[in-house]
Amino acid sequence: MLLRLFWTYLKVGTFTLGGGYAMLPLIQREVVDYRKWIDETEFLNMIALAQAAPGLIAVNSAIFIGHEVGSRNVPAAWSNTWRAAVYPYLAVAAAVFGAVLPSFVIILAIAMVFADYHHLPAVEAVMKGVRPAVVALIAAPLLRMTLKANNPKPFRDGGVLLLAWALAAAMLIWLANVSPVYIIVATILLALISTWLGERRRLHNKVNR
Amino acid sequence: MLYLQLFISFFKIGLFGFGGGLAILSLIQHEVLTYGWMTEAEFVDIVAISQVTPGPIGINCATYVGYTATQSVWGSVLATGAMILPGLIIMLLICRVYRALSIRFADNPYFRNTLRYLRFAVLGLIAAAALLLITPATFIDNNSIILFAAVFVLTILPQLVRTKQPAVQQVISLLSHPILLIVLAGVAGYCIYR
Repeated sequence: MLLRLFWTYLKVGTFTLGGGYAMLPLIQREVVDYRKWIDETEFLNMIALAQAAPGLIAVNSAIFIGHEVGSRNVPAAWSNTWRAAVYPYLAVAAAVFGAVLPSFVIILAIAMVFADYHHLPAVEAVMKGVRPAVVALIAAPLLRMTLKANNPKPFRDGGVLLLAWALAAAMLIWLANVSPVYIIVATILLALISTWLGERRRLHNKVNR
Repeated sequence: MLYLQLFISFFKIGLFGFGGGLAILSLIQHEVLTYGWMTEAEFVDIVAISQVTPGPIGINCATYVGYTATQSVWGSVLATGAMILPGLIIMLLICRVYRALSIRFADNPYFRNTLRYLRFAVLGLIAAAALLLITPATFIDNNSIILFAAVFVLTILPQLVRTKQPAVQQVISLLSHPILLIVLAGVAGYCIYR
C-alpha cells in the first residue's frame, strides 16, 4: 500500500509540467478513477482544504490522500497494535516523498550543472530572451485571476474595495519593500473582522424584526 | 547560521504561502533578495526553469535556492523540507478534525470570507512579483520590451479571442502554452544576443 501510494505520486510528480494546479486532474484520474481510494465528492472536498491550507496544493493533496488512504487500509497484521496509529503517517510520508522527489532531483541536477554553464555566452543569450518572457508569464494570468476572484458576483459585496486592497498591497510590496507575510496576515485579520461585523449586523437585524 | 536562516525563511514561505505557485513567488522573492542568496536575474532564471520542468514552482525554487546558497545538497533538503513542514502540520490537523467531526468548512462564513479576501490579496502579491522583476537586469533593451509584450498577448489570447471553432481553440491553447512561449523566447534571445 505504501509503495503504491509512493509510486502513484511519483508518476504524477514526474509527468506534470507547470505547477500544482496542472497536477490536480492527473491526481484525480489516478486516485479516484483508477485506484478508487476516495470518491469524487471527497476529492472535491480535499481540493478545497488543500487550497485553503498554506503551502503547495500538490503537496497538501498528497498529505490528505496519504492520511485518508492510510487510515482506511491498515494492514491486518498491524491492527490492534501501536503500529496501527503510526500507519497513516507512514502513508503521508510515502505520498509526499513521491510528489516531491521528481522535481527535487531534476532541479538539484540543474542547479549543479547550471552553476557551471550560465556564464557561457550562448546560455546567457538564451536567458536574456527568456527573462522578459517570464515576467510576462507572471503578469498575464492576473487578468483571468481577477475575473475569477470576482466570481460569482462580479464586483459586488465589496469586490471593488478588495481590488483596491490588492492594488495597495502590490504598491506596498513593490515601493515600500513590505514583506508579503504582513500583507497575508493583515488580509486574514481584515476578513475575520469584517465577517464578525457582518454576522453581528445580521443577527441584530433579525432580532429587531 | 546560514542553514538556520534558510530554514526560517522557507518555513515562513511555507506558512504564509496561500494561493498556489505564482502567489508564493513574491514571498520567495522577498526572502531570497533580502538575504542576497540570489540576484534578480538568477531568480528569474529559476522561475523560467521551474516553468519547463515538472513539479510545483515552490519546491523547485526551494531546492534551487537551497543548493546555490549553501553549495550543498543538504541545503536543498533543508529548504525543501522547511517549506513543506508548516503545510504538513496544518494539513494533518485538518485531517484529524475532518475525520473526527466531518466538519463542512465550506459552510462557515469566517472560513469562506477569509478565502475570498485571500484570493484578492494574492492578486496584489503576484502583481508585486511582476513589478519587482521589471529591472535593468531583466529588461536590458527594447527587444526585451517587445518579447515581454508578445508573450503577454499570447498568454491572454484565450481570453481575447472568443471562438467556438475547436480547431481555432486548439491552435490558441497551443500558442498560449507557457513551455512553448519560454522555448520560443529562448530561441529569440539566442538569435538576438548571440
